[in-house]
Amino acid sequence: MSDFTSGFWPIYISVLTLVSILGTWVFLKSQTTRKFAPGEKAELMEHTWDGDLQDLNNPLPRWWLGLFYGTMIFGLGYLALWPGLGNFAGLLGWTSKGEYQAEVKAAEAKFQPMYAGFMQQDVATVAADPNARAIGKHLFLTYCSQCHGSDAMGAKGFPNLTDNDWLYGGEPDTIVATITNGRAGVMPAWEPILGAQGVKQVANYVLSLSGRQHDATLAEAGKAKFAENCAACHMPDGTGMKALGAPNLTDKVWLYGGNEATIIETIAKGRNGVMPALTQTLGTTSNKEAKLHLLAAYVYGLSQQK
Amino acid sequence: MISHETIEKNLGLLIVLTILIVSVGGLVQIVPLFFQTSTTTPVEGLKPYTALQLMGRDIYIREGCVGCHSQMIRPFRAETERYGHYSVAGEYVYDRPFLWGSKRTGPDLARVGGRYSDAWQVAHLMNPRDVVPESIMPAYPWLDRPLKDTGIQAKMRTLDIVGHGYTEQEIAAAPAALQGKTELDAVIAYLQVLGTHAPKN
Repeated sequence: MSDFTSGFWPIYISVLTLVSILGTWVFLKSQTTRKFAPGEKAELMEHTWDGDLQDLNNPLPRWWLGLFYGTMIFGLGYLALWPGLGNFAGLLGWTSKGEYQAEVKAAEAKFQPMYAGFMQQDVATVAADPNARAIGKHLFLTYCSQCHGSDAMGAKGFPNLTDNDWLYGGEPDTIVATITNGRAGVMPAWEPILGAQGVKQVANYVLSLSGRQHDATLAEAGKAKFAENCAACHMPDGTGMKALGAPNLTDKVWLYGGNEATIIETIAKGRNGVMPALTQTLGTTSNKEAKLHLLAAYVYGLSQQK
Repeated sequence: MISHETIEKNLGLLIVLTILIVSVGGLVQIVPLFFQTSTTTPVEGLKPYTALQLMGRDIYIREGCVGCHSQMIRPFRAETERYGHYSVAGEYVYDRPFLWGSKRTGPDLARVGGRYSDAWQVAHLMNPRDVVPESIMPAYPWLDRPLKDTGIQAKMRTLDIVGHGYTEQEIAAAPAALQGKTELDAVIAYLQVLGTHAPKN
């Protein structure tokens, strides 16, 4: 990297690095006892420790010295081949970015032919291909399972993808749009407008829509309030509106729960159902489009099983 | 040349020389980083953490999240495919201390901002298994309690010394921004901003 704030720093790094390597070399050389001449014995050192402990002035073992000089030669070789000395890029021209790009390129080249085949088919055809489903499953586990579950059956507030009930629609194009741009389903809080009793009445009317146990008197009172306040999104008959992601209230599928208490909570406090856009999440390679295609096909296929 | 014996018998000299040798690594590898554009300039759009995000970051540190979650995506395909663009130095300019971590028992969080909805984060922190049945992450139910302002203004002033650039107005407004928030709100505010200024793919 040549983005130092001044030209001093590359020189500082290079000089300090080379001086310390060469300095260590010279220092080691100066401290090394010469080699023995033939027949010469190591002399006894003057000092005596603990009364009777003495030592001989032997030269350092050659193999040990060799290791020391070896590391210095290795260091100099490394600095010549790889970046390390200031702005010098090294004779090999290696960069971590370059290595990463080569890795990505190799993977793209490897997977491209297979992806290209799937890209020519429409989502419904890909969804029927067992190989595509195997890939799609791994993509799903990596990017989607945290919210929708590894079995794709969802959780409270996170839609089940295996039934054929869709908030925004289950056509291939809609699924692709949902994954690409995400969704934000906003239901406002109605308690300030309806009051606690009004919420209870509307909740009972909602229960009656799907034929659940409800209080008929409350439901009757809630009917007009539903028509006035809720029908704009959930439609007058309560079948919902896919353009807004407003759920169908007449079926037995409940995103947050279909008992009276949960419905009251939903109406009173509202809900924010957010699915994030996956464009930045789907990885960095040029195969991103193909991954989106396979993922959409896998999700589409999940709802076609039953 | 100074002899081996002289060095060994003069403790002061030995200490000075040892410090000199040991500091070469730091002088060469660490000091120049403070004088590099790529390490000192924030990436485009990166702002210092807001008061609420700062509090969330402190809770992230308090709960030891860094022990299991790294915040550093390495330039390997296996990582960028899963998490997004690899991390660059300019993303961490306002991270004091940095929370790169060194172990991933859980996934990397450098790009977690915006990846999940706020509702998901709440459900997941309350009990991870409610949304990810296979998860081994502990639950943090106690985070759903009022956030205590533990000297946010002093903290912001201190960070200003090292160049975070909070204005007097921002510092004055900080306690009000924490009013009525829970610790959960703070942690989620912090998590949702992580990596949102990452280089785009």
